[in-house]
Amino acid sequence: MAEPERFIARHVSGLPRSGIRDFFEVVAKMRDVISLGIGEPDFVTPWHVREAAIYALERGRTHYTSNLGTIELRRAISAYLARHFGPEYRPEDEILVTVGVSEALDLALRALLNPGDKVLYHQPCYVSYMPGIRLAHAEPVPVATRAEDCFAIDPEVLEAAWTPGCKVLLLNLPCNPTGGVTDREPLERIARFAVEKDLLVISDEIYGELTFEGTHVSLAGLPGMRDRTLLLHGVSKAFAMTGFRIGYACGPAALIEAMMKVHQYSMMCAPILSQDAAREALTRGEDSMLRMREQYLRRRELVVRRFREAGLGCHTPGGAFYAFPDIRSTGLDERQFALRLLEEEKVAVVPGTAFGADGAGFVRASFATGYDRLIEACDRIERFAGRVAAGGMA
Amino acid sequence: MNAVLELLLEGEAHEPERLAAILGLELGEVRRQLAELSENGVLLGWRPVLNPEARGDREVRAVIEVKITPERDGGFNRLAERIGRFDEVESCHLMSGGYDLLVFVKGRSLHDVATFVSERLATIEGVVSTATHFLLRSYKEQGYFLGVPEQERRRLQVSP
Repeated sequence: MAEPERFIARHVSGLPRSGIRDFFEVVAKMRDVISLGIGEPDFVTPWHVREAAIYALERGRTHYTSNLGTIELRRAISAYLARHFGPEYRPEDEILVTVGVSEALDLALRALLNPGDKVLYHQPCYVSYMPGIRLAHAEPVPVATRAEDCFAIDPEVLEAAWTPGCKVLLLNLPCNPTGGVTDREPLERIARFAVEKDLLVISDEIYGELTFEGTHVSLAGLPGMRDRTLLLHGVSKAFAMTGFRIGYACGPAALIEAMMKVHQYSMMCAPILSQDAAREALTRGEDSMLRMREQYLRRRELVVRRFREAGLGCHTPGGAFYAFPDIRSTGLDERQFALRLLEEEKVAVVPGTAFGADGAGFVRASFATGYDRLIEACDRIERFAGRVAAGGMA
Repeated sequence: MNAVLELLLEGEAHEPERLAAILGLELGEVRRQLAELSENGVLLGWRPVLNPEARGDREVRAVIEVKITPERDGGFNRLAERIGRFDEVESCHLMSGGYDLLVFVKGRSLHDVATFVSERLATIEGVVSTATHFLLRSYKEQGYFLGVPEQERRRLQVSP
């Protein structure tokens, strides 16, 4: 049958493919590439966590769980958040366990938005934000963040971007891809603005533990915010558990109930083995997590220093495990830079525009990679940048 | 703790050049910190961690539980030091519980180790008894696995 495309829904066919996916296909065709394009920890999940999953399997823990997730995991989440993030949530009806934060975000957007509602979010940002908003039939309203602010959110820029019809503010701090964080004071101003404009805030804090200066400020803990915030978090990044696919959403019971409805009719529940492993991570994983954070911190110092020595502008990312250097001094755009770096030096970085138009002129370089490869990649980037600046080709 | 020592303990690197590259320190500064660690008696020395099987090593290792009589001055220290000085002794520890010293020894053969225990160790004045256990196989040594398959660490080359 010809033209099966005609069956595809308009809002899906109009959706661009992820720039990450495009770039992946280029990289996958090459051999011996050092990739700084990987958005997950290089550490293997701590053994005690993997062992908990094995134990669950041995005991025959292979069935569905409550739609909300096991009560044991929800209790562990509640205790963990109260201790590390501040806000307190009732395990019984204020916490929903999801398949990664990706699902939690999708549920939140679908549960909250009516067609035509607007969502404020900062850019550059995680690849699924704009498409997720569109899939919920809502309208994305990007707010630019800038390198000169280390990609912190400027409340003034946010306030200026507001238009009537804005219902949700979507935040990701620390931010993938920029590593941007925002201090308590501007966050408090953003919180006041959210109250004034009656915005519901979806706060994706998946990199919260990986905050390198000071402590992470959870938006839900700020005055007046608890009842208008959905806190999204998970175990993927801090505990190196990406493949387990465990995230969670916390917030007012009515909103969690609404998200649970979508979850129950689409996903039913997160995998039980992963839930047991996540519980182990949250109750006994702090030491492993702190050891990994130490390493990310040292790698951050290494990568930022080396990029600057290579003549690239590079702010110090306040969190997560990404550097987001400014490559405009090379005279190339972000896509040319990434493609030529890949072809000429076999190093993969992700063009900043994969994370929105405001990523133009930047690339994302993950430092979740061992020292050997990281140093070799930096050597190659330095050689490449020097050659390009001198007007040379390979 | 100094930065060099932290990195050494992670086992990520030990060559001064590598340590300097990771930490962004001058090579001279790394050497200074290493020297300081040695001078302060913190860093005692360097040893490779080997897999004896891979090396075709026929050496025999044993763990010996030793009961000794503590002395009025110095308790267990003098005897522990005396035992530790034998070349055959790799390490020597004072333990709580049913015996006093746990001594790791190695020799070229079972006979070597047996001779060491019966003729040298057991005959020291103050040694009350010994119980010798021979090591059959090692699985993990100094944080390294021996002959256990590598962990699978393949990730997608590019991911969000």
